[in-house]
Amino acid sequence: MSALIDNRRLSAMVAKEVAQIRRDPSTFLIAFILPLLLLFLFGYALNLDSTNTRIGIALEDSSAPALSLAGAYQNNPNFEAVTARSVQPLKDMMVRGEIRGIVVIPQDFGSGYARGNPPPVQIIADGSMPNTANFTRSYSEGLLNTWMANEAAARGADPAPPIDLSLRYWYNPSLTSRNFLVPGAIAIVMTMIGTLLTSLVIAREWERGTMEAMMATPMHMAEFLISKIVPYFVLALASTALCTLLAVTMFGVPLRGSIFALMAISTAYLMPALGQGLFISAATKNQFVASQVALLSGFLPTFLLSGFMFEISSMPTIIQAITYIVPARYFVPSLQTVFLAGDIWAMLLPNIGIMLLFGAGFFALCIRVTKRSLD
Amino acid sequence: MPGDTPSPGSGAVACVRDLVKNFKGAEKPALDGVSLEIPTGRVTGLVGPDGAGKTTLIRILAGLMAPDKGSVSVLGGAPGKDMEHVGYMPQRFGLYEDLTVQQNLDLYADMRALPADEREATFSRLLEFTDLARFRDRLAGALSGGMKQKLGLACALVKTPRLLLLDEPGVGVDPISRRELWAMVQELITDGLGVLWSTAYLDEAEKCDSVYLLSEGELLFSGDPAELTCSVEDRVVRLTGFEKRRRKVLTQMLDREGVIDGTIQGRSVRLLLKTPDELKGESGFEIAPAQPRFEDGFIERLGGGPKGTSALAEAYRNIEAGDGPAIEAKGLTRRFGDFTAAHDVSFSVPYGSIFGLLGPNGAGKSTTFKMLCGLLTPTEGSGAVAGHDLRSSGGRARAALGYMAQKFSLYGELSVAQNLNFFAGAYGLEGRDARHAVERVTEIFELGDRLKATAGTLPLGFKQRLALAAAVLHEPPVLFLDEPTSGVDPVTRREFWMHINGLVEKGVAVLVTTHFMEEAEYCDAITLIYRSEQIASGTPDELKSQAADMADLDDPTMEDTFIAMIEASDAQRPQEDGRAESEAA
Repeated sequence: MSALIDNRRLSAMVAKEVAQIRRDPSTFLIAFILPLLLLFLFGYALNLDSTNTRIGIALEDSSAPALSLAGAYQNNPNFEAVTARSVQPLKDMMVRGEIRGIVVIPQDFGSGYARGNPPPVQIIADGSMPNTANFTRSYSEGLLNTWMANEAAARGADPAPPIDLSLRYWYNPSLTSRNFLVPGAIAIVMTMIGTLLTSLVIAREWERGTMEAMMATPMHMAEFLISKIVPYFVLALASTALCTLLAVTMFGVPLRGSIFALMAISTAYLMPALGQGLFISAATKNQFVASQVALLSGFLPTFLLSGFMFEISSMPTIIQAITYIVPARYFVPSLQTVFLAGDIWAMLLPNIGIMLLFGAGFFALCIRVTKRSLD
Repeated sequence: MPGDTPSPGSGAVACVRDLVKNFKGAEKPALDGVSLEIPTGRVTGLVGPDGAGKTTLIRILAGLMAPDKGSVSVLGGAPGKDMEHVGYMPQRFGLYEDLTVQQNLDLYADMRALPADEREATFSRLLEFTDLARFRDRLAGALSGGMKQKLGLACALVKTPRLLLLDEPGVGVDPISRRELWAMVQELITDGLGVLWSTAYLDEAEKCDSVYLLSEGELLFSGDPAELTCSVEDRVVRLTGFEKRRRKVLTQMLDREGVIDGTIQGRSVRLLLKTPDELKGESGFEIAPAQPRFEDGFIERLGGGPKGTSALAEAYRNIEAGDGPAIEAKGLTRRFGDFTAAHDVSFSVPYGSIFGLLGPNGAGKSTTFKMLCGLLTPTEGSGAVAGHDLRSSGGRARAALGYMAQKFSLYGELSVAQNLNFFAGAYGLEGRDARHAVERVTEIFELGDRLKATAGTLPLGFKQRLALAAAVLHEPPVLFLDEPTSGVDPVTRREFWMHINGLVEKGVAVLVTTHFMEEAEYCDAITLIYRSEQIASGTPDELKSQAADMADLDDPTMEDTFIAMIEASDAQRPQEDGRAESEAA
């Protein structure tokens, strides 16, 4: 047998893989159309900021303070308020899902307020959508408190509170969820290409019987594996570049770090992603099973356990422990750092190291299961 | 590698000794003490039915599997070491279907390190040799079966090998392509090259210089195929001139102790006798000596064919022939867009007879078959099964037929009993009727021991029985068989046709599609479909005599007939792009 890796055979295999990718429309779909779709989804449609929550105001009192309070709700950009004279019509609207909460200003609000002892304002939230309910509750509460404080200040009764609390959100001053969702979406895209797409390629060779023919040539298995990695690596990086370009130009996500840092962490993440995909493919030898395993072990953990959608620190301890074996857990914060904070190498380097370790682990597994044998 | 490297005889490129290979979960070893030698300068045949162990042996020679016991030597070393000089064509040809013909060739040329300055010369030689030059830029997946197979061979030959391993190159390919491929390999044979050709077709075995005959992992015969054929000389006869129905005669003859094997050939019955004098002095028929075949010798080695009386037919109800034919096709036409898959197909099959639809792959026989099953609606024309019109009462037509295909007709993950119960239900049998039907076929087909076995793991012969059992549970008056016995060993095939012959005597009408010429011999009438048209119809004997006139052949076989008729049909039409183009459509 000749040398371990023969350049001519390797380049022929890579060329073959590229020709197959170019001819297969689904590869193009997953590498370029799907990322666009995901970016638009996370950039526009999915928005964790709740603006324009529709609520109803049951204005049972028509005194000046009651009207002023109702006006405060109506003028707040977070709410879109409809007003009614009683709770009943609003209840029906809530049942139909047209509004998410009701603020009840009781009929003796004005007189009570004048006595300095206003009756409680009732806030009803639609518990069937807990997130929105929480948001409605806390915002309504906050708004009520602010109004009370303003009214009190206007009457000069109780001037400014003794401590002035001044809030600043760093890195994402406007707290726009798009700014951390879009970098996270890049992680999803890389997982799709790295793991899902590559999980199919070796399984496909087994299914179509071409694996057998290739093994009966002087080809070395290392050449075979490399020929599967190189094209998808390039494809994934190209897709990342496209996503970054769109994120910055279309969605106005800041890129505070360098392109170099972005490529470094992406490359590091592609190692475990590709390794996992190839390992699944080589171990299952069946495209259907491979795609299912890739979705369950690659895509879903990246989506749920990487800190992309849900903050890891607010997960139960056991789930937090599990996140440590999800490579994307090290990639998503790195991406968010590079986009929103900058090249914080002290934070990036350990993550890069861990991702490379995962990659090495998957490739070792891959070499173990990819034998030049049909036994 | 276990054992020492055996030293091959002079001129042998590969050699194995006492090979044993077991697979997990299998009842028997896939290979059980097989020895073989591949000399240069000739074609060595590896012959046997599906599941005999041919592929396993070839994979061991290609270094893709390791034997459990025994020794292997390929080109003087361990297998898998010197792959540059081994050409290997796996069963599915190993082509990348989403690459073009040229891209496939390029890939294999690089993998086998064909020197750059030889590339163009080699490619043009191979493309001319395989007649694929016109299709350089076509995707391999868009080629016909025969063309794929030639491209597969070309890929295995990019760098002239010293050992060429061909795993069933003839499977799934029509007889014309098979003959062309055989001729191509003959041309390659030089002093430096040894070829191993594996096949399930026993007629291909006859053409090899030496053969190794495998059955269920054991070597039954090795040597010159003529030797095995000679061993039955004088004992093969042809009976003609009888008055009774030929199927009755065959049944009676097979039930005799002195008859080892028998088949139907057109109007005559062909028998293999224990002694040449077995039928001496008997009357009611004429006896003529017949050409002994390799298959006769094989059957004798296997211990003879089955006896003549079918227990299935004995227990079957008598089919009351109604007025009119059992199956009728009137001008059936089916178009897919611009493409006409079947054009104006007409025939009628009476009760108590077998009708064959013959043709190469993609000729339109499956389309016709599916229209008659009610799975495809005809664009034009009409059809009826057991008197039920396919358009107006398709459901009743389907209830009157039993359907069996060699492949895909059983649930591989279910047990034998579950399969039978399912099919009983699917055919509308309930309660006690279903139970009785299942018990009946279980007994007839001797499935009792295996009721709990998973259908997918059964040996091929049992799968075959189970498929037939499932198709006849509801005792249908009409049976549809789709390539029922291709790849099956000859004893199982005879057993199958013994049952079918018995059922036909009970009045059942049978429609069979096949490109397997031996199955055609059992038919009472045949129609040959080619390029969506019926190009010839008649009894097997009528077609043979037509072909004898057309191609000036003496006593042609069914395969000769088939080829002569297709060539005649091709000669009649304008030669734009030849046969290959239409095949690919």
